Amino acid sequence: MTETTTVTFTLNGEERSLTLEPRQNLADTIRDTCGLTGTHVGCEHGVCGACTVLMDGKAVRSCLTFAVQAQGAEIETVESLADGDTLHPLQQAFWELHGLQCGFCTPGFLMLAAGALRENPDMSDDEMRDLLSSNLCRCTGYQNIVKAARQAAEVMRGERAEA
Amino acid sequence: MTWVGRTLPRLEDPTLLKGGGRFTADLKAGAWAVKFVRSPEAAGTIVEVERPDEGIVFTAEDLDAAGVGSIQAVLDRPDYRRVPHPVLARDRVVFAGQAVALVVAPTEAEAEDLAEQVFVDIDTEDAVTSIEAALAEGARDVHPEAPGNVMVEGVMRTPGVDAAFDAAACVVELDLSSARQSAMPMETRGGVADYDPATGRVTLYASVQMPHMLRTGLADVLGIDEGDLRVVAPDVGGGFGQKMSLFPEYVALVWTAFRLRRKVAWIEDRRENFLSASHARDQQFTVRGAFDAEGRLLAVDADLRSNVGAFSCYPVTCGVEPLMAFAELPGPYDFAEYGVRSRGVTTNLSMMAPYRGVARPMLTLSMEQLMDAAAEKLDLDPVEIRRRNLITSFPHTSPTGLVYDEASYLEAMEAAVTSADIPGFRERQAAALAEGRYLGLGLSVFSERTGYGTPAFAARKMQIVPGYETVDCEMGPSGQVTLRIGASPHGQGLKTALAQLLADQLGVAPERIRVISGDTDASPYGWGTFASRSMVISGGASKIASGQLADKLRAIAGVLLEVDPSGVELKDGLALATGTNKSLSIAEVARAAHHQSHRFEGMAPGLKEQAFYDPSGTFSNAAHVCEVELDPETCGVRITRFLVVEDAGRLINPMIVDGQIAGGVAQGIATALYEELVFDEFGTMLTTSLADYLPPTAAEIPDIEIIHMETISPQTVTEAKGVGEGGTIGAPAAVLSALNDALRPFGTRITSMPATPDRIAAALRAARTAAAEAEA
Amino acid sequence: MKPAAFSYHRPETISDALALLAEHGDVGKIIAGGQSLVPSMNFRLARPETLIDMNAIAEIAGIEDRGDTLVIGAMTRHAAFHTPVCDGPTGAMLTRVVGNIAHYPIRQRGTFGGSLCHADPASEWCLVAATFDAAMEIHGQDGMREVGAADFFKGTFTTAVGGDELLARIHLPKLPEGWGTGFYEFSRRRGDFALAMAVAALKVEGGKIADARLGVGAVAAHGLRLETLEQALTGQPATEETIAEVAAQVPGLVKPSGDIHGSAEYRRDLAQAVVRRALNAALADCAVPA
Ligand SMILES: Cc1cc2nc3c(=O)[nH]c(=O)nc-3n(C[C@H](O)[C@H](O)[C@H](O)COP(=O)(O)OP(=O)(O)OC[C@H]3O[C@@H](n4cnc5c(N)ncnc54)[C@H](O)[C@@H]3O)c2cc1C
Ligand code: FES
Ligand code: FES
Repeated sequence: MTETTTVTFTLNGEERSLTLEPRQNLADTIRDTCGLTGTHVGCEHGVCGACTVLMDGKAVRSCLTFAVQAQGAEIETVESLADGDTLHPLQQAFWELHGLQCGFCTPGFLMLAAGALRENPDMSDDEMRDLLSSNLCRCTGYQNIVKAARQAAEVMRGERAEA
Repeated sequence: MTWVGRTLPRLEDPTLLKGGGRFTADLKAGAWAVKFVRSPEAAGTIVEVERPDEGIVFTAEDLDAAGVGSIQAVLDRPDYRRVPHPVLARDRVVFAGQAVALVVAPTEAEAEDLAEQVFVDIDTEDAVTSIEAALAEGARDVHPEAPGNVMVEGVMRTPGVDAAFDAAACVVELDLSSARQSAMPMETRGGVADYDPATGRVTLYASVQMPHMLRTGLADVLGIDEGDLRVVAPDVGGGFGQKMSLFPEYVALVWTAFRLRRKVAWIEDRRENFLSASHARDQQFTVRGAFDAEGRLLAVDADLRSNVGAFSCYPVTCGVEPLMAFAELPGPYDFAEYGVRSRGVTTNLSMMAPYRGVARPMLTLSMEQLMDAAAEKLDLDPVEIRRRNLITSFPHTSPTGLVYDEASYLEAMEAAVTSADIPGFRERQAAALAEGRYLGLGLSVFSERTGYGTPAFAARKMQIVPGYETVDCEMGPSGQVTLRIGASPHGQGLKTALAQLLADQLGVAPERIRVISGDTDASPYGWGTFASRSMVISGGASKIASGQLADKLRAIAGVLLEVDPSGVELKDGLALATGTNKSLSIAEVARAAHHQSHRFEGMAPGLKEQAFYDPSGTFSNAAHVCEVELDPETCGVRITRFLVVEDAGRLINPMIVDGQIAGGVAQGIATALYEELVFDEFGTMLTTSLADYLPPTAAEIPDIEIIHMETISPQTVTEAKGVGEGGTIGAPAAVLSALNDALRPFGTRITSMPATPDRIAAALRAARTAAAEAEA
Repeated sequence: MKPAAFSYHRPETISDALALLAEHGDVGKIIAGGQSLVPSMNFRLARPETLIDMNAIAEIAGIEDRGDTLVIGAMTRHAAFHTPVCDGPTGAMLTRVVGNIAHYPIRQRGTFGGSLCHADPASEWCLVAATFDAAMEIHGQDGMREVGAADFFKGTFTTAVGGDELLARIHLPKLPEGWGTGFYEFSRRRGDFALAMAVAALKVEGGKIADARLGVGAVAAHGLRLETLEQALTGQPATEETIAEVAAQVPGLVKPSGDIHGSAEYRRDLAQAVVRRALNAALADCAVPA
């Protein structure tokens, strides 16, 4: 192994201090070093979006960020969405509306939508489709992903209104 | 209400949604990384492989010394040229990306560092990359075993072809082509090979569609007993055909695990997947159709060329494209005279292997473009000409001897045409044209041969004849059901659909049914999941086995309830004696079957049934309607509507069927408009990233409207027909037909896929030049 | 696709960053958003031995509105422009443009300065900088210099920023109230780099075009400001006919090269179409009451 360095960040609320090579990207670090394999790797050049996670609340490509750059950051992955057996509204909608087939792209789509809805809960249907064009899915033909994300946004708006 | 027919959310999903899926790369903890050193050249002789001083590096020499053979895909046909596929290139390389050596290091990054230090010195030769180049007079032979670069060739001609053309009122001839593509599953290929010092066995976890077949192939090439190897397909992130074949990488990986006696992993990266995984399409079809004055198709004469690349894929062989094209070109149309020559052409490109739809997107495009072109020539409505030619009586025997079972070709088209409101569209089209906007509508009608067993594969003269499926269906003492299948689903929701099927048979809830697949230690020998076969064949076997199990449950319950077995109903977790108020829980019956077996005379203890199914096959069918808007300045094409009328027989879970259709259509649109692997003259690929190879996104794919018809065929015990490929088969033809409709005012048409803006612009420029010359 | 090994530094000031650049010379490289650099490192096309991360340098993140100029810190993320960063035509234009840069998650990390330094021929920000004559504030060991867009872009992927320098801020002149702006881009898929794009701004007075800015991108080594066409537009009736006539000159002014996504011929014709559409959009924007 070549030169290593240390980095500390929180992953799904838990602090992690790691020693690793600077060249290790955040996706591999989450998967291999931290053992959370829900975040997937599909291209390693920023196009597919399978590796999308939240970094300080923003949806980013974890294959295009080195783990050392996450010093002090808050990272959230798909594993943080559900509350035990209670699915997040996005997960629930993907389930009900068949927004996944093989499920490989799914964590990326969920985190993409989760991050964007945090920033703009009132996204229009068109904005949602545009957002979802950020990631690739080979199985579904997208329409159920788009439907599910729109439905989840609606549910989340309802929950907010109630709260 | 039955479980079959319900839109039940999939049982597979909660785990996947929570990030708990287990894909191959998720299983590599503790493994050393394997990286392949690949040929940068498409053709040439290996002069030397220079190894670094340190590090683990293996080449063909090491494999040869260990007695590892080559992959041999065999068709027993006189026109088939057998070319062995070496695991690592020995003295020659035949495509850029071919594995020449492999390195092993603790991490992937270090393995890449090491791989960079292996130098492959190649004395290059001119690369033969296209069908034209390979078939040209005096072309260099890609393999000495295949002179003239033809690997397989099917030829037939019914006696009346020439007479039909002579008598025809209208003859149309078209040159159509489809670019080279990648099936491009989101999860790339990959394997984790784990050596167990206790047993001396290796377990290969791999992202594959055919685990049992892979094990057979691996054992044959490695010269080991199949018992020394276990192959597991964990969660698989899409396959679409690309994960069917035995690739050299898996042989090398398993060999390395045995050799080093440790866990090793190869996780393919995206660039490697483009370069070295199998490719698809890349066909050129020249088709001629003879029509009478009423537009009835009399004869088709076709010269079909498929670029099968450098090797023949195992087990289905490079015959899969050309021979399917040969046999199935007639599609849903009724005509008698058929002449065809279909060749698999070898070139210095990565091998071709099945991809969703196989030859049929091009077959469908061919027949549909013939119909459109003839309609235009004969001044007939494109719908009317199809009406006059579709198969309407069953069983129907095609010119190649295929027997078509009950289907709804005409009815599906009529339903599609009605929903599409073509007269309304024509009005909108005319109004748009007046404003300088170009709309087009296209139609495609097709058959999808699915769920075929051994007879169909045997007809292709494959040495390995896939087709049947076996299942084990078992109920444990607490009433839990385990179904072990040889199919190997990877996103199709098969486990949910099978659970629905069993739930009706056994009277238990689907959640209580566990389906085990994809593990050679735990599932019966079978052929995996491909060719839209699993619901028909594995489903058929599951229905038979669970039916047997239900009979036994009823017999035992009959004894326990003191009624005749025929009076026992299995429902809602209960065995009910009909017409009485007597009942037992199914769990109680199951417990008795295991623990009180002495009471059931003449019956084997326990509850375990096995069944197999090997059907002759069935045809599902569909009609697609596509509307597009062409922007003649940017030459962008926007799909504004896409409608599918699908007849897949009985729908076990309509939501899953719709998902298959929508996903298939998206891939068909990709074939028609977006995706193309591009090579330079040296055979170097120019599209090794997802920024250059262009699978469409949610912004390019429209919402897809789906209408179902349910023609029940006696050819399938579940009454379901396969539906996995239809979307991909029909969409390209519908899109191109719509685009050509939009191009009509310009007097040009597109016959090459993908219809990129660049190709459309070139066609428009040519049309403008031609018009200007005509004026002058 | 794992990058070659490198060492990593995270300076917190411009001067520390410059010191590191001086120390590591040719083998050191700045990383900003990483959205262009990291893909090419993963393909091992770029192999810096030292990465100098700009993400902790607070002084070059963020935007300052100086009335007639926007001063954009190099580390300002693309996403900062999702909503207008200032009142008036320039703020609205930047928001219109930003939606065409890659995709949402990439815009969360990618930076304005990184785009300019990467200098992709199809970069939207480079086109904006070229068309509206931005001045680039470059810092080096010997101090600071300002370079105008005309001298900043040297060719495909090359700029005036030296190996031991960094881009700190971009000074973008703002369009006064009353201008209308338009942007049009054509790409194969949503979010892809443009095959051709154009940005335009018009000032209309008394039915005539009083002033114009026009640039076209992705059809040359870098974004091109089309000054001759700006002049040709000025003084003409503010109509679509004028615009069509002027746009017809575009093919004569650009020499695109062909690639796998489009031949030179196609792109030349496309350039005309995007220019006309951007101008028409700007004209329509003028008509919208503020
Ligand atoms: C899938 C995908 C699609 C994309 N599509 C588009 C698109 O449509 N349009 C578009 O414009 N871009 C696109 N991009 C690129 C994206 O906008 C990048 O963010 C941008 O090009 C570079 O900015 P960055 O901050 O990420 O720079 P980095 O990648 O960090 O750096 C790029 C280069 O600039 C140098 N550099 C960066 N900052 C400075 C500085 N302050 N001083 C000196 N040198 C510096 C670096 O050393 C490096 O050489 C796309 C990227 C991806 C992954
Ligand atoms: S793996 Fe990160 S975008 Fe594809
Ligand atoms: S569900 Fe398979 S890639 Fe999206």
